Amino acid sequence: MIPLSAYLAVSSVLFVTGLIGVLIRRNFIIILMSVEIMLNAANLNLVAFSSYLDSMTGQIVTLFVIAIAAGEAAVGLAIIIVVFRGKIATNVDQINLLKW
Amino acid sequence: MVQQIFFTYLAVAGITSAVLVVGLRNPVHCGLALLSLLFHIAGFFILLNAEFIAAVQIIIYAGAILVLYLFVLMLLNLKTEERFLHRRYAFWLFFALLAAVQVFWLLLHSPFAGKPGDVTPQKVMQFGDAYAIGMVLFNDYFLPFEIVGVFLLGAIIGAIVLAKDRPPATGNGEASR
Repeated sequence: MIPLSAYLAVSSVLFVTGLIGVLIRRNFIIILMSVEIMLNAANLNLVAFSSYLDSMTGQIVTLFVIAIAAGEAAVGLAIIIVVFRGKIATNVDQINLLKW
Repeated sequence: MVQQIFFTYLAVAGITSAVLVVGLRNPVHCGLALLSLLFHIAGFFILLNAEFIAAVQIIIYAGAILVLYLFVLMLLNLKTEERFLHRRYAFWLFFALLAAVQVFWLLLHSPFAGKPGDVTPQKVMQFGDAYAIGMVLFNDYFLPFEIVGVFLLGAIIGAIVLAKDRPPATGNGEASR
């Protein structure tokens, strides 16, 4: 039987990797992908606790997180398309105006 | 024993994929590494007796969300750039490492125990994961479920309104109101 802390360790490493990606990468799309890594780490945590505590609530919340990730991806990529149309850049250090 | 081997493989391959998503230069390669990560997370879910969540993960994450990412990547036709890190990445990396230290400190100092529920693995094995989730979702969490439906409708409308091709406005590059 695998201990719960092993799952928590894997999920922490994944979360920190996603966090580093969000903070140091330049491309907006890669930043959104790193956010997906962080959401997946949270999902892994939720399902692990759900399995070890004999409760279904963690898996329900995981379903909601997946739905919210879908909405976030749709709206985020739409924003990227709008920004790219106005100014040929998808790098966050070049996008420093609220409006153009 | 088989579980340990499976877990070790999934952990190593999943973390490697996550590092590749953050580290690779070409955005399309990053997307493919993310695909590998999503599949390995689904493997973890199967290991945890959550096969319905694993199926949802593969169908929605790998099948819908990731395809959307790759579609936008190919639509925008991004080039692999020389400089792929943020301009002040060392500054932000410091805060990221600080947060990493805090996450691992919390991991080592938190009590993981909680009050166990009544859905034991035997019950899940008997009726299946989808049955167990459905019983809880449509009894206790029905209102949040409906709210998620409304949220998705809002996301669809928002995405269409944002990405719709407007007639050229008066100003220079007046794409957004």
